[in-house]
Amino acid sequence: MTLADAGNLHTFAAAFRFIGDHPGLLLTKAAEQLELSGAALGIALAVALPVGVILGHLHRGSGVAIAASIVGRGLPSLVLIAAFLTVLGIGFVNNMVALAVLGSGPILTNAYDAVDGVDRDTVEAARGMGMTTRQILGRVELPLAIPLLFTGIRVAAVTIVATAPIAAIAGGGGLGDIIVNQASYRLEGVLGASLCVMALSAAVFLALAAVQDALTPRGLRRTSVARTPWRKEQL
Amino acid sequence: MGTGKGPVIPNFGHGDACVTGDHTFCWSWVRQHWGDTLGPALWQHVELTAIAVGIGFAIAFPLALFAHRFRRLEQPLGALSALVYTIPSLALFQLLVPLTGLTLTTVEIALVGYTLVMLFPNIVAGLRSAPDEVLEAARGMGLTRLQVLTRVELPLAVPAIIGGLRIAVVSTVAIATIAGIEVTTKGLGFAIFDALRAPTPFKTEIYSAGALAVALAIAADLLLVGVRRAVVPWSRSGR
Repeated sequence: MTLADAGNLHTFAAAFRFIGDHPGLLLTKAAEQLELSGAALGIALAVALPVGVILGHLHRGSGVAIAASIVGRGLPSLVLIAAFLTVLGIGFVNNMVALAVLGSGPILTNAYDAVDGVDRDTVEAARGMGMTTRQILGRVELPLAIPLLFTGIRVAAVTIVATAPIAAIAGGGGLGDIIVNQASYRLEGVLGASLCVMALSAAVFLALAAVQDALTPRGLRRTSVARTPWRKEQL
Repeated sequence: MGTGKGPVIPNFGHGDACVTGDHTFCWSWVRQHWGDTLGPALWQHVELTAIAVGIGFAIAFPLALFAHRFRRLEQPLGALSALVYTIPSLALFQLLVPLTGLTLTTVEIALVGYTLVMLFPNIVAGLRSAPDEVLEAARGMGLTRLQVLTRVELPLAVPAIIGGLRIAVVSTVAIATIAGIEVTTKGLGFAIFDALRAPTPFKTEIYSAGALAVALAIAADLLLVGVRRAVVPWSRSGR
């Protein structure tokens, strides 16, 4: 293996040169990765968010939420991608579905916990004021649930973007294409793409933190929005 | 990056009709290759995970005690660990390769890093979970700071610490599979990767190795739940 022999810091300098020399390629691949991630997140949101919110509103089905959190955490992404590949074949769809399954775990769990956990007295008060169920959900429960609910979305988004490079082994494209193709891109290409993957995930993480801050009702601003995202989700 | 583990279509062996016909699942292959492929991969996976969580805990625990003592450190350490968590494992493994080569050290450094990020906040949260009245009472009884830590705060932190270990173990089982992509030939991840890159993905190996990874994660999680029941029978929280 020539890889291990290359063990020195020059390799990293070469990686940065690779990034400087191939901005077009990297941007295209990054766009592919974001496209795949966006599609997966969209599906996960469309499926998991309503289910979590409605179950939370009804205070029913905590078993579903627990099961979803286990799926989100316990299913190795490689296993999901490989398993869906055998069913759906190589390409975009297989990876999109696998990543969507991965992302729906934290979304559903947090949506459930967030809506379920809204203070019952507040909901009673809203009902006492004559609000309809729809108004209670839209004006009381959802605004109060936003910090925790959005944390779930953020965890899902970061998980999906961070896992998307693995999709390359199943024809999903993206920056992972470069990482798993050392024969063509050499070690500096692999490292350069790895650095870009890291930067992309961090950017998504920080951007969503900013969005979350903006979305959070002012009265709730001081609750742990920017804190470690998975702690709440777990315990 | 052929890692020298057999021909292009690895592990097909001298397959029977089921294997050569690429049926959905071949028990015959599983039986035939438990001894030379699946069993060792499972055992290696257990090792990868145990070493990572063990070392991670050995680092995270004193660090959390430190952060607990010097509270100002908690915010920056927490923010740092949140950012580390966003680093995609596929990228982190590769970025370590120039430094430590295609070795187990590379795999373990990355895995330990991820376990730290999951253990540290949970241990700190656990240490924080002692109610103020309890701490007041302990102090009122004349306990020294160290006694408060060992007799009050630590016992109360056990459920959260085990909670952190559960996340760390389950996640490490999952992340360790990623190391099988181009970095190590050890563990269930490589078995899956190996089966995937065959000209026709070999389903039986994908399913059996994948099922073993999931089963390992569940077994480890249940084991820790059992430990919690035994150590702190009064805690009843789910998940």
